[in-house]
Amino acid sequence: MEKRTLTCIGCPMGCQITVEFEGEEIFSLTGNTCAIGDKYARQEVTHPERVVTSTVVVEGGAKDRTSVKTKGNIPKDKIFECMEAINEVRAQAPLKIGDVVIKDVCGTGVDVVVTKNCDAA
Amino acid sequence: MTSYDIVIVGGGPAGLAAAVSAKNSGIDSILIIERDKELGGILNQCIHNGFGLHTFKEELTGPEYAYRFIEQVYDLGIEYKLDTMVMDISHDKVVTAMNREDGMFQIQAGAVILAMGCRERPRGALNIPGYRPAGIYSAGTAQRLVNMEGFMPGREVVILGSGDIGLIMARRMTFEGAIVKVVAEIMPYSGGLKRNIVQCLDDYGIPLKLSHTVIDIEGKERVSAVTIAEVGPDMKPIPGTEERYTCDTLLLSTGLIPENELSRSAGVEINPITSGPVVNEILETSIPGVFACGNVLHVHDLVDYVSEEATRAGANAAKYVMAGCAEAEGGKTIQLKAVGGARYTVPSTINPDRMDDLLTVRFRVGAVFQESYVSVYFDDERVMHMKKKIMAPGEMEQVILQKKQILARPDLKTITITIEAE
Repeated sequence: MEKRTLTCIGCPMGCQITVEFEGEEIFSLTGNTCAIGDKYARQEVTHPERVVTSTVVVEGGAKDRTSVKTKGNIPKDKIFECMEAINEVRAQAPLKIGDVVIKDVCGTGVDVVVTKNCDAA
Repeated sequence: MTSYDIVIVGGGPAGLAAAVSAKNSGIDSILIIERDKELGGILNQCIHNGFGLHTFKEELTGPEYAYRFIEQVYDLGIEYKLDTMVMDISHDKVVTAMNREDGMFQIQAGAVILAMGCRERPRGALNIPGYRPAGIYSAGTAQRLVNMEGFMPGREVVILGSGDIGLIMARRMTFEGAIVKVVAEIMPYSGGLKRNIVQCLDDYGIPLKLSHTVIDIEGKERVSAVTIAEVGPDMKPIPGTEERYTCDTLLLSTGLIPENELSRSAGVEINPITSGPVVNEILETSIPGVFACGNVLHVHDLVDYVSEEATRAGANAAKYVMAGCAEAEGGKTIQLKAVGGARYTVPSTINPDRMDDLLTVRFRVGAVFQESYVSVYFDDERVMHMKKKIMAPGEMEQVILQKKQILARPDLKTITITIEAE
């Protein structure tokens, strides 16, 4: 059984929540003062996920670079693999918000999309 | 001299929302003046997500949030000038500006909306001892270099100050392969949002040292090491607590200051606590017809609140112009006071006849308060008493005042907001 203490990000309180768990199974969850903390801690110990934001190199654009994000959450342990994939992208201008620059990044099922328009040069 | 009904100084989130709101309130002659080469302001370099939860009920990145408003500016045909710097605003609302195409020019404005935003506190304002080598950046400068120009300012980083931009940059530079060794904060609490401490520092094992500050910077050409030390309650370094970190970069995230040079030279009264203009219930400064909103007025924690405030400023400026620039003077003025833990209020005064049915008063607290109450007094009578689990200086607080409640007290002179233990 694993035991971990987390700081809840649901509000500025920042409750220290202690979770005892093994794999997907949660045995105890203490320290939270509301339901948001319960939900956050469960998610965080079983499937921690984050949105990754960065920039990609643009070719033939009015600017050399534009910003991107993963369209949804990806597993936390894939963040650096995802960053490597993002840094290899050479996107062709023009680009519009929502354009996909990487499909299914690192097998997460999540696309990396443009977050800022970039006109052609 | 050309003239516009409303001139908006700044094309960031405040200026954009003010412009859209003024246009939707029936004013067609609007000009936004922006000194950068594109609209959107600081949001263009804030590529992280978390913007817009209140406004759009979804988490957007900074550029996406900005574009929601830029698109409206395009669609509504609102005029704007880029690469243009406002040099002066006169008391009678003549705006002097310059750019490479038009040279220097003047515009007579019916109303002016100040939306210049804020600037980071620089090293010179901090009195850090040590050498002055390359490699010391404000967190926002590093953010622009990494996110817009595509340059990494360094590889081994120490951050002074736990403001949100510093926290965000700790994660961002970690993503790009840098090692962030420590974040030192002189106060016993963080200046940033909780979620940023967890998701930008804790996630990557970056230590946050509260009650610590930088006491030495080494390196003649380039930063080579930084020494931090714990500070006592008197904010003075405690001998024997020094820790030396080798690094090539020091980022400063030590606070934001509203950028009010133009306001001051126009003669606008400035609140010494916020460093922003003193405004009344319609966000009008001490000069009639000159309005202020966004971070030039007071530094906000969330852009959603900037947009909301700017929307009000735009509508009020439109109302002022349509009333023939001669808003009925007179009526009474109620003073708003912040005491006992509350540091300031925006607005500073209320004319009850002109206020909306509900008025949001924003303020910040000066320390961390747990299980405490926000109390509102009408003169000596306590009229609101709301329990809050926690309040911290990094987060804005608000109370909502009702017009009918204020009108019911014709003798009311002062409304006081305070923090009470019980």
